[in-house]
Amino acid sequence: MAYGPHTASDRARMLAALGVGSVEALFEAIPEPVRARGLDLPAALTEMELMARLGALAARNRVDLVSFAGAGAYRHHVPPVVDQVLLRGEFYTAYTPYQPEVSQGTLQTIYEYQSMLAELTSLDVVSASHYDGGAATAEAALMACRATHRERVLVSRGVNRQYRETLATYFAGTGLSVDELPLVAAGPDAGTTDLAALERALADPDRPVAGVLAAQPNAWGLLEPMEEIGRAAHAAAALFVAVVEPVSLSVLAPPGAYGADIAAGEGQALGLPLAYGGPYLGILACRDALVRQIPGRLVGLTTDLDGRRAYVMTMRAREQDIRREKAASNICSNQALCALASAVYLAALGPSGLRDAAATGAARAAELEAALGAAGAPRLHPGPYLAEFAVAVPDAVAVHRRLLGHGLLAGIPTAVLEPGDPALADGLLVCATELTTADEIELFAFALREELGAGSARGRAAPPAGAAAGAGTAR
Amino acid sequence: MVPSDLRYTKTHEWVRVEGDVATVGISDHAAGELGDIVFVELPGPGRVLEQAAPFGVVESVKAVSELYAPVGGEVIEANAALAAKPELVNSDPFGAGWMLRVRIGDPGQVEGLLDAAAYEALVAEG
Repeated sequence: MAYGPHTASDRARMLAALGVGSVEALFEAIPEPVRARGLDLPAALTEMELMARLGALAARNRVDLVSFAGAGAYRHHVPPVVDQVLLRGEFYTAYTPYQPEVSQGTLQTIYEYQSMLAELTSLDVVSASHYDGGAATAEAALMACRATHRERVLVSRGVNRQYRETLATYFAGTGLSVDELPLVAAGPDAGTTDLAALERALADPDRPVAGVLAAQPNAWGLLEPMEEIGRAAHAAAALFVAVVEPVSLSVLAPPGAYGADIAAGEGQALGLPLAYGGPYLGILACRDALVRQIPGRLVGLTTDLDGRRAYVMTMRAREQDIRREKAASNICSNQALCALASAVYLAALGPSGLRDAAATGAARAAELEAALGAAGAPRLHPGPYLAEFAVAVPDAVAVHRRLLGHGLLAGIPTAVLEPGDPALADGLLVCATELTTADEIELFAFALREELGAGSARGRAAPPAGAAAGAGTAR
Repeated sequence: MVPSDLRYTKTHEWVRVEGDVATVGISDHAAGELGDIVFVELPGPGRVLEQAAPFGVVESVKAVSELYAPVGGEVIEANAALAAKPELVNSDPFGAGWMLRVRIGDPGQVEGLLDAAAYEALVAEG
């Protein structure tokens, strides 16, 4: 029995019907240099050989490190109930079903995800999910353009650089434009969005702005004056998009409270493990007035003919299966399994559990700040932060590399996050969560003090590399 | 069914011309084909429409369709009542279900539209 969808004779019949000599002839419109020419795969391995090979590759990962890295992806305690629910066969697909109303259970989980995220963001409508924070941010910018019939958005450089790159990619070739807003260079507001530059950008009468995007907390962990940014956007009849970190919403003001029209963000922190950038979860929420602009699926609650509770896909008419190229988005796939993980995570923790996670992370971050400061690495920015901040470390990239030898992932060098910015050449962006322990903070501070001391004493008595590694294993 | 004092487009919009102002809506036939209308998106005053270009959308329980400007010109008023009661397009398409009032840019464009008889023939053809 042939498992392939088309046999050789099927193909021959189709080609004959088309009057085409070969399958290759169908691809003539594609320039020759960019056509795929088969996959360059090595010879087949036995299962034993393959497992040994993949095991050896996996062993090259450093999973032993004590991590202070964040920058958009955060390690949190995930209760085992989350994975247990995900493993159920009824749920184990990334897709919403194509005959959705048959699967009331699946629709209910999406509805509950939407409801909990609506509560967290204080906004009215939440989509069934997008690929990741960057995709959700780009979709939010497109929503603003559609809703205002304007073609330009302003994005703060305080928004994660990868999201800005995704946004630029989404906008390429659309006729829409993105301008970046600088951050304040020095003084008490250093590292937050430059409000004067925002006002200037909004004042250009020839280039009206559809939406202003700013992040809370921003890419450097700092708290932005969201209310003021939103006020300025609205005064120019632009929409205000808040790029948010969902765990922080349990302790910070939610987007709906400071006037945001749309909220976008990365949902990984809600119950998803850190995993090389994915699969993650794009959160997108908006005010009711924008419900026809929000892309992706929406699940609603209604009653059936007998008056019983029924979950349905709603507002389907906006989607590409009906509207084709005029659909709210060309990407209707979602991350149903990741959204389910977040829903289970939120239900398991509850509002007070989520607040505990955020507040404990913030308290650990304050301890981390004190410890690193005492070790000779003061903060780069003076303003308030929640659980993530940047510290000044001379020769940060090299220090970061050497700290790996202490078993430490010492955050992320600021020069890696924002290459080419001289003000950020020598820094580390570090974060703490509820998983960060006092011992880990002590280890980091100790190793960093040693590194910085060694740096200033270098040339006199640099310690042997083995001694540095020993500090990590001795804890 | 097809009022004789209006002009029509092949895309099922109607126009009532009074002086240099055109009132625009969609025909009874179009509203019936769309089914229950739940949302109408219209441009605000001041927007300048180009003849035959999309100016808005009408959403029914089963489809979302573009609205095409029967004549070019500047929007004077959109029917605000449709925001709360989009079903007026179904119940009274040639009356309370009107959509836009437009200041006609080029009166010659009206002459190119279908009259009632021609539109009736178009609908009869299917």
